[in-house]
Amino acid sequence: MITPLQNNRHTSAAGTQQADDAVVASVRNLQKSFGDVIVLRDVNLDLYAGENLVILGRSGTGKSVLIKCMVGLIKPDAGSINILGYDVLKLNQDELNEMRLQVGFSFQGSALYDSMTVRQNLEFPLQRNLGIFDQTELNERVVNALEDVGLESAIDKMPSELSGGMKKRVGIARTLILNPKIMLYDEPTAGLDPITSIEINDLIVKVRDKYKTASIIITHDISSARHTADRVIALVGGYNKQEGTFDEIKQTTDPELQPFFNY
Amino acid sequence: MKIRNFLIRIADIYRFVARAVRETILPPYEWKETLHQCFVVGNRSLFLIAFTSFLAGVVFTRQSRPSLASFGAESWLPSLVSQAVIRSLGPLITGLICAGKLGSNIGAELGSMRVSEQIDAMEVSGTRPFSYLVVSRVTATTLMLPLLVVFADAMALLGSYLTVNTINSTGFMLYFNDVSVSVTYVDIFSSIIKAGFFGFAIGIVGCYAGYHAERGTTGVGRAANTAVVASMILIFIVDLLSLQFINLFRR
Ligand SMILES: Nc1ncnc2c1ncn2[C@@H]1O[C@H](COP(=O)(O)OP(=O)(O)OP(=O)(O)O)[C@@H](O)[C@H]1O
Ligand SMILES: [Mg+2]
Repeated sequence: MITPLQNNRHTSAAGTQQADDAVVASVRNLQKSFGDVIVLRDVNLDLYAGENLVILGRSGTGKSVLIKCMVGLIKPDAGSINILGYDVLKLNQDELNEMRLQVGFSFQGSALYDSMTVRQNLEFPLQRNLGIFDQTELNERVVNALEDVGLESAIDKMPSELSGGMKKRVGIARTLILNPKIMLYDEPTAGLDPITSIEINDLIVKVRDKYKTASIIITHDISSARHTADRVIALVGGYNKQEGTFDEIKQTTDPELQPFFNY
Repeated sequence: MKIRNFLIRIADIYRFVARAVRETILPPYEWKETLHQCFVVGNRSLFLIAFTSFLAGVVFTRQSRPSLASFGAESWLPSLVSQAVIRSLGPLITGLICAGKLGSNIGAELGSMRVSEQIDAMEVSGTRPFSYLVVSRVTATTLMLPLLVVFADAMALLGSYLTVNTINSTGFMLYFNDVSVSVTYVDIFSSIIKAGFFGFAIGIVGCYAGYHAERGTTGVGRAANTAVVASMILIFIVDLLSLQFINLFRR
């Protein structure tokens, strides 16, 4: 269940120290390479309770790798990761599952289970994690989660019958159904038209306001960043290069970052 | 470097198999999904196995008859055919058909789930995909192959009987009396146990290939392909080993 956090200020956190804001996730000195390709050189970040943190970066800078490290899908070469008090790199399988229950992960490609209907997709984590098999309770929770993303009508469809934007939203609903304390969105608006993108952005903001969830939103879509961000971190060349509010980052003179804002 | 990669791969396979065995034995059990997979296994291969083993029975009988007849030993046909079918032909046909049909299916299914990050999605939502996907499938193939082999044996013998019957109108009772005299319990049980190993090989190879599919659509194709080829090779190896082992009991 979502516990109300002491502080749910959504104004710009600006990356400066805020003694009253609880850190719910932190990454220190994270390094990861694949073979000879160094992807993350030294990444540091903190996620505060109830904030939307946007991670901005070019394609291939390791944004997906970064959040996959955070949930233990990829093992980093060095560094440390702390999520809700769990030292992610030192957990055994049971502890890892316990941590993952509190973290929602929305995949870049939605990753809906394509042999199951939308309803079964949403029931799956409820049955296997919470052991809920009572049909009326399952139904209620599934309908609620789909209402949150505005897709009650798609409940008995197969994923192959959905558009890209609908898949994204079902994917988000499937993670929201477990009431995560932290949400990780990987490119929530990539490949979507502007109107659908705005719907997704609104949804992300709504999740923060309604459930007080802290979120990391990975994107290279600048309008999505502006719409959803309380704070932005720019990932360049394997480092967390800049940090600040959207407007602060926008003033950047960094040649790697500037093209983002010349849209 | 090559050797090192090879050894790493071997260690990886060993860990995979050990994990599959461990998670099969220890709770929580995947009753529902395993039952479903058993149904899928049977449903996918039953007709094909019935058809091929029936034909194999017919062909084997027609081809053995002339050589037996030239020794004047035509009456031995039922014992020869039934021993060949139960000891070797039935399990082998079932094994190879299932390797092709189930191996490619499992490899491609898990492979595409891996590539489209569905397995990762299960992993990060803490829903234990390994036991849901791998344990259920390996258990299903291991349990179902023996059943399918019994069925294949029956179909092959039926094909053989009908062939003999049309040639010299041997009666049903006479034919199967010959069969029951020449086939021993060792034959039957060893072939059923062997089939269990075939099933395990098909399931574990298909799951391993799918679970470790490389990114991209070519990865899915390669996983399906590897699953079929590797499980076919394994089936012949298991067949040979089990022959050596069973011969200890026959003496
Ligand atoms: N499992 C892997 N094996 C090998 N290389 C990988 C793997 N995962 C990622 N990479 C490499 O790491 C780099 C970063 O990949 P990543 O997917 O994190 O990029 P990204 O920032 O998310 O890009 P995009 O915006 O396109 O999603 C890429 O060069 C990619 O080829
Ligand atoms: Mg990515």
